[in-house]
Amino acid sequence: MISLLRSAFTFSLVLTFGAFAIAAEPIKLGHYASLTGKEAAFGVATRKGILLAIEEINAKGGVLGRPLEYLVEDIQSKPGESATAVKKLISRDKVVAMFGANASLNSLEAAPICQKAKIPMMAISSTNPAVTEVGNYIFRICFIDPFQGAVLGKFARDSLHAKRVALMTAVNSPYSIGLSDVLRRDFTARGGEIVAEQKYAEGDKDFRAQLTAIRAAKPDVIAATGFYTEAALICIQARSLGLNVPFIGGDGWEAPQLIELGGKAVEGTYYSTYFSAENDAPEVRSFVERYRARWGGEVPEAVSALGYDAVYLVTQAMTKVGTTDGPKLRDAIAATKNFPGVTGRTTIDEKRNSQKAAVMLAVKNGHSAFFEAVTP
Amino acid sequence: MSEFLQQLLNGLSLGAIYALIALGYTMVYGVLRFINFAHSDVFMVGAFIGYYVGKLVPEGTLWGGMIVLIASMVGCAILGMTIERLAYRPLRGAATLNVLITAIGVSLLLEYSGQVFFGAAPRTFPQIFPSANFSVGGLVISTNQLAVILVAVLLMIGLQFIVYRTKIGTAMRAVSLNPKAAQLVGVNNDVVISFTFGLGSALAAAGGILYALNYPSIDPLMGVMPGLKAFVAAVLGGIGNIPGAALGGLILGTVETFVNGSQWSTYKDAIAFAILIIILLFRPAGLLGKFTVEKV
Repeated sequence: MISLLRSAFTFSLVLTFGAFAIAAEPIKLGHYASLTGKEAAFGVATRKGILLAIEEINAKGGVLGRPLEYLVEDIQSKPGESATAVKKLISRDKVVAMFGANASLNSLEAAPICQKAKIPMMAISSTNPAVTEVGNYIFRICFIDPFQGAVLGKFARDSLHAKRVALMTAVNSPYSIGLSDVLRRDFTARGGEIVAEQKYAEGDKDFRAQLTAIRAAKPDVIAATGFYTEAALICIQARSLGLNVPFIGGDGWEAPQLIELGGKAVEGTYYSTYFSAENDAPEVRSFVERYRARWGGEVPEAVSALGYDAVYLVTQAMTKVGTTDGPKLRDAIAATKNFPGVTGRTTIDEKRNSQKAAVMLAVKNGHSAFFEAVTP
Repeated sequence: MSEFLQQLLNGLSLGAIYALIALGYTMVYGVLRFINFAHSDVFMVGAFIGYYVGKLVPEGTLWGGMIVLIASMVGCAILGMTIERLAYRPLRGAATLNVLITAIGVSLLLEYSGQVFFGAAPRTFPQIFPSANFSVGGLVISTNQLAVILVAVLLMIGLQFIVYRTKIGTAMRAVSLNPKAAQLVGVNNDVVISFTFGLGSALAAAGGILYALNYPSIDPLMGVMPGLKAFVAAVLGGIGNIPGAALGGLILGTVETFVNGSQWSTYKDAIAFAILIIILLFRPAGLLGKFTVEKV
């Protein structure tokens, strides 16, 4: 009797499984993210962008006639969790592509595992160049830090019509050094001149000496490539020295403290970032509307938009090669050119980084407002 | 030329703050012969008291600013005296090293309880005094910079007056010269030492407010670097010597600013400390200090 029951059970299992296979097996997409812990804000916002994209694609009939299935693992903002999460997603859940993470540290942990398993991985906002250097299966949807240097160079030359730029670099920050190097190269290549270069260390409070030296060089624009606290203090002290030229900076400026600390001194400054929900390009506006409708009126963060684009870029590559097979999918992702995303037209370069437009924000009336999109 | 004058002004206003903090180190050393490492954290607490009191008074008024300055000086004087009473007095008569380690402990206690109570993220210090910039020739002068120099000079004159023209000042000098003999002629050492801590801490609070006015981002670890520089300034001028501390502060601030404005700005601290080493090689007791052989 028992054996009879058992065989009936097995039979029914086979039946369900068979039926499932006929109704198109889902394409499994893995996502490892900090959904809890100190970086939870990034992980949660990314997940919302990814989910929105997957739901939209499924509503339109999925990819290659198969629905997408979303599998997420929480890495709890802890080092060491990413490797476990990614191993589980690959060996047990059999995902065909991996999304994540936000912090470079976490992406660097997961990347070797994806590389070894030949599963394409799309990092979301990990800007450290080392991430994609792990191997040819590792991509990123954001641009890398130094890329913003070229954006700032073009912006200073073409939009602010500057001929003379002064640089303030934080010497103990690789981010700031990288940005300044590219900015210097790009701006001089565009026929501009770097008239003064001054250095400081993160944590410094007094910049009057450097700014006095910069003032003597009479720049049109000053680029401060470090982070927001120092940037705000630099602006305050520059204004008190009578230096009233515009300041520009990278996404290290993006924090409410910039305006809180800088007050009037940061009015009329510009900084670059990935995405602005205020961008009035039609594709961005439509994305912001759909996102708000799906997530109860929330405004998308830059990482939400990056997550959203990542899903579309990878699924587009799947459609192009007609398979979810790792090596072929990898080649298709690597060949992506001018993919129209909400974070700008994305081209994957030979180092598997994204080349795309950056957004310049201007500080006006105590608020960072969208200024323009810049493609270097 | 205008660049040189501007840098000189920048340097003097930075140096005036170092001098104010250095005075606290030097006074305590003069009386007790030990370095109060918690001094730089009293400086930080001064800035935070200013931050909270500054929210209660209207911004940009002279009287509001004075209230903040006085409240913070009084608050820190009480804090300084409490630290002395609880942490240092029980160790009086013990080896200097014990007191020194205790001072480091108090310093860490203040820094990390500051992170608990005030939060570790930097806060924006309000503009409590009215401020304006005016230019003379190519020189742009901000009232904040002038206020720093002015307040520092006034406080130093006041300090000099207290130490040399009042009864408590005479008692301080007596304790500094010989504590036992002072006690024999009827000086209450506890009161004098308590007063010294209160006075030094009040000066640190004033330094904290002036520093925060010029560099309006404050956090619980903000005292570490200025404190270290002020300690160097005190040694440079001759530790235990009040005009020496002021001179040391001004020299250090000016040198740092000039190096910072040149292309060697990365080496600003290295050059400032190298100067210290060179001066101590030639004048081991500091610029204005008197070299005394310690009697055993």
